[in-house]
Amino acid sequence: MNNFTYTRAFEADAALKVIAENSVQHISSRFLAGGTNLVDLMREGIDQPQAVIDITRLPLAEIEEAAGGGLRMGAMVRNSHLAAHPLVRERYPLLSQAILAGASAQLRNMATTGGNLMQRTRCYYFYDGAARCNKRTPGSGCDAIDGFNRIHAILGASDQCIATHPSDMCVALAALDAKVNMSGPGGDRSMTFTEFHRLPGDTPEIDTNLRAGELITSIDLPASTAGLPSLYRKVRDRASYAFALVSVAAALKIEDGKIREVRLALGGVAHKPWRAFAAEQLLQVAEPTVEAFTQAAAAELAPAVPRGGNGFKIELAKRTIASVLSELAAAQGVRQ
Amino acid sequence: MPVSNELETVTLHVNGVEKVLLIEPRVSLLDALRDHLGLTGTKKGCDQGACGACTVLVDGERINSCLTLAMQYEGRAIVTIEGLAASGEMHPMQRAFIQHDGFQCGYCTPGQICSAIGMLTEFRSGAPSAVTGEGATPSELTDEELRERMSGNLCRCGAYVGIREAIHQAHGEMAR
Amino acid sequence: MSIVQKVTQAFVQVLPDRDRDELTDQQRFLGKAIDRVDGSVKVTGAAKFSAEYPVDGLVHAALAFSTISKGAIKAIDISAAERIPGVLKIITHLTAPDMKISPPLSPGDDPAAGTTNVKILNTDRISWNGQPVAVVVADTHERAQHAASLIRVTYTEAAGANSFEESIPSAHKPKQILGEEPEVIKGDVDAALGAAQYKVDLNFVTPPYNHNAIEPHACIAIWEGDDKVTLYDASQFTAGTANSIAKMFGLKRESVRVLSPFVGGGFGGKGGIWAHNQLCVLAARTTGRPVRLALSREGVFRIVGGRTPSQQQVAIGADADGKFTAFIHEGVTSQSPDNDLPEQFSFPARHLYAMPAYRIGQRVCEVNRVANTFMRAPGESIGTFAIESAIDALAYELQIDPIELRMRNEPETDPVSGHPFSSRHVREAYRMGAEKFGWSSRPAAVRSQRDGAWLVGQGVATGTYPVYRMVTSARVRINADGTAVVQTSAQEMGMGTATVQTQHAAERLGIAMEKIRFDYGDSRFPMASVAGGSSQTISIALAVHQAAEVLVKEFLALAQKETDSVLKGASVDDVYAVNEGIYRRDRPAIGETYAAILERAGKTHLEAEEQTGQAKEILKYSMHSYAAQFCEVRVHEQTGEVRVTRFVGAFDTGRILNPKTATSQFRGGIVMGIGMALTEETMFDDRTGRIVNATLAEYHVPVQADVPHIDIVYTDIPDDKTPLGAHGVGEIGITGVAAAIANAIYHATGKRITELPITLDKLM
Repeated sequence: MNNFTYTRAFEADAALKVIAENSVQHISSRFLAGGTNLVDLMREGIDQPQAVIDITRLPLAEIEEAAGGGLRMGAMVRNSHLAAHPLVRERYPLLSQAILAGASAQLRNMATTGGNLMQRTRCYYFYDGAARCNKRTPGSGCDAIDGFNRIHAILGASDQCIATHPSDMCVALAALDAKVNMSGPGGDRSMTFTEFHRLPGDTPEIDTNLRAGELITSIDLPASTAGLPSLYRKVRDRASYAFALVSVAAALKIEDGKIREVRLALGGVAHKPWRAFAAEQLLQVAEPTVEAFTQAAAAELAPAVPRGGNGFKIELAKRTIASVLSELAAAQGVRQ
Repeated sequence: MPVSNELETVTLHVNGVEKVLLIEPRVSLLDALRDHLGLTGTKKGCDQGACGACTVLVDGERINSCLTLAMQYEGRAIVTIEGLAASGEMHPMQRAFIQHDGFQCGYCTPGQICSAIGMLTEFRSGAPSAVTGEGATPSELTDEELRERMSGNLCRCGAYVGIREAIHQAHGEMAR
Repeated sequence: MSIVQKVTQAFVQVLPDRDRDELTDQQRFLGKAIDRVDGSVKVTGAAKFSAEYPVDGLVHAALAFSTISKGAIKAIDISAAERIPGVLKIITHLTAPDMKISPPLSPGDDPAAGTTNVKILNTDRISWNGQPVAVVVADTHERAQHAASLIRVTYTEAAGANSFEESIPSAHKPKQILGEEPEVIKGDVDAALGAAQYKVDLNFVTPPYNHNAIEPHACIAIWEGDDKVTLYDASQFTAGTANSIAKMFGLKRESVRVLSPFVGGGFGGKGGIWAHNQLCVLAARTTGRPVRLALSREGVFRIVGGRTPSQQQVAIGADADGKFTAFIHEGVTSQSPDNDLPEQFSFPARHLYAMPAYRIGQRVCEVNRVANTFMRAPGESIGTFAIESAIDALAYELQIDPIELRMRNEPETDPVSGHPFSSRHVREAYRMGAEKFGWSSRPAAVRSQRDGAWLVGQGVATGTYPVYRMVTSARVRINADGTAVVQTSAQEMGMGTATVQTQHAAERLGIAMEKIRFDYGDSRFPMASVAGGSSQTISIALAVHQAAEVLVKEFLALAQKETDSVLKGASVDDVYAVNEGIYRRDRPAIGETYAAILERAGKTHLEAEEQTGQAKEILKYSMHSYAAQFCEVRVHEQTGEVRVTRFVGAFDTGRILNPKTATSQFRGGIVMGIGMALTEETMFDDRTGRIVNATLAEYHVPVQADVPHIDIVYTDIPDDKTPLGAHGVGEIGITGVAAAIANAIYHATGKRITELPITLDKLM
């Protein structure tokens, strides 16, 4: 790890000011929150900032009720607190489950809401400086495409990069129509969760649409997805403490035997938390049957591209989607 | 590219004692404890948050000290394995680990013990785990709960059964 | 076998056996579930591991690793690294002084711990991807690591044999495997197989694995002048390490001291010396400072070898009663071009079943990877996966219960050597295990049990591991204050050595455990062998036994110097050690305490040091431990996820010396077996020969949630041919586990998976 200057910020404005000033002086800077990914990346030499701005003490650690029944979650709320918060568990149990499915208790005690969004891929080749990786060194090539890619993307990948986003929490946020709020040199702005992360395309080095010098301040969850029957299912190589091969975040509300609401997102399959819009579209006008769930899953995975080692994920994702939706339907009295 | 060589002063509160260190900002909390404070009870197993050997308690919560800069924890109450046997008497968790042979080589053990103590605090506060039912408050510390909640601490000697037995016992004793 | 070996073998057959150890049945201390003597220092963080010794003026070293598997260094640019403040020295192949290659790992009087013949930093040749190409010394480890990351190397690449699979056709028969024939043949096995009424013929693949002890390898080297060096080292073999370092640096053996009181797990990975030991000593010599070289986790993967991959074939023929008529177990492992270590997967089949015709053997191919090494039950772990899976498949062919099939093929004598077994209670282990597990209520049909979306199955397999005993020395001192000290250079890495040897010394000397100090982990103590081959416990026990016998003789002589000694006229056979002294066997009230004898003689202590001989008993008897491994799994019908939900290990390992620490050893082996079966694999990229998952995040050691309750039962029947009637218990636990799990998966799903690890994609 290279050395760097360390600044501790107590207010968001102060943090933004430091990063803006550094930018003028061409000093590469990073906001440091829980450190669970950034410190690792720095130790591996993948990220080499000259300045680190510690934002863990910013007053952004509140979970507040938003008007109309939603929630606003500060960017510095730690994952464990978010998962255990009574309002989160009551209104968005999907989010709580997804967080608890990720990492370890120690890491969840450190990691923050904002930081979770900024996680980088766990692609082996991204982490190994001796390997070719377009995400780490643009233009160098991708060793994963013809290499070990059992954990890699099947949806939305490019010939430049087949990395996946490692978060569980983000999969739930994608399903729950979350919104990301940020502050920066251009003032405050927000974007929908599905806009936040990017597909690799020709610029796999850019993970998100956050602009330089911007700081995530909070994430909003809308009232519209509060209280929906939901389930997070993570399939992985260990029973705990492993990244997802495939995960499914689903919310499904059935009334009078009809699908009233459906939200579906996948983890472990793409460069970003994958909102399954195609499947949702089919399901919105479908009967809640296993056949419909299976067809919806098949439609979502239709554009999937196997790369060798990860081919099994296509079938795994289909089956997991169908079984999660079936379970949700069964819990609402719909006989399968 | 200018690289900082400046040393920074940081005051850490470790096991109830205030310690002033002059370190580079890149020094992790783990290395500050081991290399600068001589508190080598906290172990380095992977230095990347994948094994839990470096677990310490900060304000009562368990964290991985390898993935954090020492600077970030200035002023926070840090407890390491060396701080558990206050006044010379072992913590019930430490005694239980011996009794149930919850270790072999002993290297992951300080992290396991700190993690177990932090875990019990979480459990008693009603915090759910991935195996707690939706909306439920965990009431009984089942083996299933323990296995999930302690999965952030690897033990290559494979003492997991003894570790669970030890935690069950200490949980009972500490509740009394 | 050479002529000399054949003559020795023949001669040994007529030698008398060593007397049955009289402590075999004694249980004042032995056989008790005693807490670890080093428990309190381990749970309080006071136990110091090798990287943790406070040393004045300590500086830090870090390594730079090659990124190709074969070729030569064209240029190495250290300029950016040199500019890092605090950097004291950068040593490369251009500047390193000549060092010798250590002889390979071997116990004995002139022990060694070498692992590779590659001349680290003494050549521009690159032999594996990850070979150290530079060592950086700096004032802090952060600076050393950072500087090492800035070293830039350009290479002339050569075509390397990176792929195990592609190298298999070039495999050859090794000259020998740990002194055994690479292949044993009896009868016309192919004809027998062809004629067999029932048969199975299966191919198996096992991946490379790494030990991944939670303590990464670390070493501190401190020179005194030019001819003396002390190492704090995480080592399973202090004596071998010391002697190897002496040979490499041209020192006298006694000028190198290796201290290794606590080792944070080894499993074979710390049995030999690896590049960091050599380079730490080199860095300390070059800088004139004490140097610490603590490997990163990635560093451990890069320079410390693991278990070889294997491809194995098992073909068994049987008659309608299930009696084996033909048995073939063959296959290939890999090693590097610079070591000689074919992992002995063909050993277990040589001793497990009665076979009228067999061909059992193995070949080895060379791959440009870091030198492989011993890892927990080398050979037996992967070998039993293949043969015990095949026997399970045969049981379904025959529609005979898999335990019953094994029992029908129990041999009377060793099927290859013809030697009698020293102790074999496989039937009893199966009986105990089956009862504990509830085997009788298992339905015979596959895919016949279900728990919601999970298919349920139960499987069983035999495990086995040989009894080894190595040449070992120990010193025993009895002091006038009634205390005793036992010293040997042995290692404690969690096996319970310190505890069990204290129990043993207490029993042997008739002194309470609290008054015994067991000193270990220092090469200055009398030479113990490597903590490997599950041999340490009985090897030390025999050395201590011999020393104690000498002491009893000397105490008797000293007592009898007094003319009116109560022991007057007693011969050494008339007395024994008990109650802190020596007493008459026929009249136990008559005798004297050690303290009284020493006080009268005006002596502070008596001391004896003894070295054991070679283990000739293993040439006369077939000596092995056995396990009956039972498990239940649940396999998710949709996703293929596997959960091990119950496990019972039933062991036949001679007498159990400490049920508590032995149970931990058995369970630990089983947990590693669960990882071997389901989650673990070291992934070598065949394009580069480089390990891509050199991290504990992506090398999946089992976590708490992967491990069910594990019940352990054991026969506890002493082996009269071993010290204390005991066997080692460190490695037997992993054997048979992968097969038991694979067999349970077959029972649950009807799918026979023959390639490890059994990840969910193989079951979808």
